[in-house]
Amino acid sequence: MSAITGTAPSGTAGDTQELTAVAERVAGWARSGEDVEVYVARGDETEVRAYDGEVESLTSATSAGIGVRVVVDHRLGFAWAGSLDEAVLAETLDEARDNAAFATRDEHVGLAVPDGVAAVPVDLWDDGLATVPTSAKVEAVLALEARARAADPRIRQVSSADYGDGSVEVALVSTTGIRSAYRKTSGFLSVGVIAGEGEASQTGGGFSVGRGFEGLDPERATSEAVERAVRLLGATKGPSGRRTVVFDRRAATTLLSVVSSALSGEAVAKGRSFFAGRIGEEVGGGGVTLVDDPTDPRAYGAAAYDAEGLACRRNELITGGILRGFLYDTIAGSRAGVASTGSAVRGGFSGTPGVGCRALTLAPGPEGYDQAGVIRAVRDGLFVQSMTGVHSGVNPISGDFSVGAEGLLIRDGELAEPVREITVASTLQRMLHSLVAVGADLEWLPGIAAGQTLAVGDMQVSGV
Amino acid sequence: MIDTPVLERVLGAALRHGGEFAEVFAEDRSSSSAVLDDGRVEELTSGRDRGAGIRVVSGETTGFAHTADLSEAGLLRAAEAASAVARTGGGGTTSVAVDLVAAGDRGRSGEAGPRVSKADSLELLHRADDAARSAGGAISQVQAAYGGSRRQVLIANSEGLLVGDEQRRTRFAVSCVAVGDSGMQTGFETAARTVGFELFDEVSVEELARLASGRALAKLSARPAPSGEVPVVLAGGSGGILFHEACGHGLEADHIVKDSSVYVGQVGKQVASPLVTLVDDGTVGTEWGTFGVDDEGRPAQRNVLIEDGILTDYLWDYLRARQEGRQSSGNGRRQTYQHLPMVRMTNTFLLPGEDDADEIVAQTPHGVYVAKLGGGQVNTTTGDFVFGTTEAYLIEDGRITEPLRDANLIGNGPEILKRVDAVATDFAMTPGTCGKDGQSVPVGCGQATLRITGVTIGGTAE
Repeated sequence: MSAITGTAPSGTAGDTQELTAVAERVAGWARSGEDVEVYVARGDETEVRAYDGEVESLTSATSAGIGVRVVVDHRLGFAWAGSLDEAVLAETLDEARDNAAFATRDEHVGLAVPDGVAAVPVDLWDDGLATVPTSAKVEAVLALEARARAADPRIRQVSSADYGDGSVEVALVSTTGIRSAYRKTSGFLSVGVIAGEGEASQTGGGFSVGRGFEGLDPERATSEAVERAVRLLGATKGPSGRRTVVFDRRAATTLLSVVSSALSGEAVAKGRSFFAGRIGEEVGGGGVTLVDDPTDPRAYGAAAYDAEGLACRRNELITGGILRGFLYDTIAGSRAGVASTGSAVRGGFSGTPGVGCRALTLAPGPEGYDQAGVIRAVRDGLFVQSMTGVHSGVNPISGDFSVGAEGLLIRDGELAEPVREITVASTLQRMLHSLVAVGADLEWLPGIAAGQTLAVGDMQVSGV
Repeated sequence: MIDTPVLERVLGAALRHGGEFAEVFAEDRSSSSAVLDDGRVEELTSGRDRGAGIRVVSGETTGFAHTADLSEAGLLRAAEAASAVARTGGGGTTSVAVDLVAAGDRGRSGEAGPRVSKADSLELLHRADDAARSAGGAISQVQAAYGGSRRQVLIANSEGLLVGDEQRRTRFAVSCVAVGDSGMQTGFETAARTVGFELFDEVSVEELARLASGRALAKLSARPAPSGEVPVVLAGGSGGILFHEACGHGLEADHIVKDSSVYVGQVGKQVASPLVTLVDDGTVGTEWGTFGVDDEGRPAQRNVLIEDGILTDYLWDYLRARQEGRQSSGNGRRQTYQHLPMVRMTNTFLLPGEDDADEIVAQTPHGVYVAKLGGGQVNTTTGDFVFGTTEAYLIEDGRITEPLRDANLIGNGPEILKRVDAVATDFAMTPGTCGKDGQSVPVGCGQATLRITGVTIGGTAE
């Protein structure tokens, strides 16, 4: 597959049909006694980065690949290749077949079979994207960079200004009766700035995401980046103590994503979740209602089909603090004695399906607070603008939670002086019980969970 | 992978519309992995990826396109796309000649390992599982993972360079869950080297399993980590990620030329305690960050970054070095042919000192002893960074006492580097995966036991 700027014939329905045909052909090579699942994907992408008034880099590419799962006698093998060449297709199937022979026989191992749940159509495709010339994308990112530079006299540097878009088409076919195909487009503008005053520098980032080029909002990306950098100027190491912590929408998305991995039925079955064995029990305060709903078309992770080709559906996980259920793919469901919840996810053709959320939200509190409302209600505490070390400091198995943070103190219901180089700690279990406010300021940010301002009581803040 | 005359024609085509530099980076990578989880070999995976990335530099602008089609026609199409940034030139013919440079003994990562049978890797997984479970009844879950890859690269550029390398890497990891009255705890250990299956001549999977299970078990009785600023002793080989985050990233020239590092303008100045001599070296033995040539065709080399506390140099790739009129330091790396290269670390380590490791602990009245670190993260502009513990203990009256639950530590790079007041002789390296701007590359980190007089630890104890 070659890389050609702006001329790829993407966007036609014919493309997923062509991919489906490839997948059907490979699945047709299955031998008797084996089940074969073929995932075929093709994507185009363009990325433009600006720096100091010039295009720093322009990347354009098309890629394609195949991932094959073979199940023989309840043994699973997988192989993938970054190519759809005819010889490669056959080799990949052979390799997956060979791998299957070495896996442990496990009665729960099998491919998805159609479960009769109809997919809710979600339109994730912007026809207009393919018609946008590269020159318009270049202009957009140069304008973004210039806008950020001029936004505030304290902006010393625009460290990154990026435009990116992509389209992906996927077809999934199995010998167990699965036929699904989807296609989606995406686009983003993002900008990183450095604000300075005297010796001090602080950074901030902002972005705007959408299904294509039209509708991306450079003003929003810029003002967010500038606000986040500028309001941290003069930050000092904040005071230690027990505090109520308000998490900004972006930090809250990260927080919910971490909690979500403990709601995977696979993690539960393997004893890797602090929620294991707690269905029907109170795992959070009465205000905690958590739902994963990829059929919501506004969600960044919206999808009609999961990564095994079953329909995505709404799954209520926690209701009024009571743990209701977990998410499953076919194998994890079989292990737990339940059906798949349509929650298989995978990272492209080179990955195997696993269990995951796509569109997690907490039900907003009855007060209908926006961010300022949550801050007013909290009165005194810490507003966390961003967290660091989430991968090293949050453990969804033990529940231990310890992250680096920067943000602003909250005093008398208002944002006060900025703080940095502090940590915020608790356990995920305790945090769910101490959730004191859920904002109604829901915003679908990139990722698997919504952005909503959250306030969590009784966290240990470590500073000076 | 690609014939020389084809490379020459593709480079010529890439510069047809103008531009000062063109490069073809071709890669053929095959990988295999196997995971044993919950007592079962769940999945064996094989992957194959090959293709080329073509880059054209015109002024300050880089055009980049990649393709999985290594035919001359496919490469020419990618060259045309990459050259879109340089439409100023006259469309004439540009001729480029390249010469094959032998990677020499630096290409040691290219030594072929013994052929690995899938059955061999499965046996290792089962042995690790058995060893971890035999560590105690409280071990409730074990996952063992094997991964091997072979990566052949070929780099040609319009300055006449033509060089190849073959990099084999092998990794084995064990992670355990232990259950007790206090809930669940986890332990993890990994071994990874730039070698083939002969990794297992040197590494015992039982030992990895023992370390991982021991970590999970120890933490069952752990108390919450303290909060606030405490003296911290980092064990030799506990991760070395401190220096990777506290200053390594901040010394990458892309951050320097964009004025987004606290270390801008600091060369020749005291940036750390005189006990700190920091080296980045892509040539060290078979460490995880070792290679023959970098992903721009430059031989790996040893670079002293900080000498006795004085900042001596930054890390450079081709593009940033060219802007400054100097040579790359062999730190241009990329995750795959689908990525642009950028400045990356290789094996980054603090040279050992002269103190005795036990004596450092004995002379610490109270503090935290970190036996194993997890990951970390840094904001190079402010220098603020975090790093997480996965095995840590209290130090009381100069003795290592109670185990602590996991926590992050937070500090500011330039401040923390000045607080190193003891460095021991017990040097060891550990492997890691470094992520930057969406690209992951294998790196090594190393250090001997050392003490920092004060770091903020983010536990839940008041």
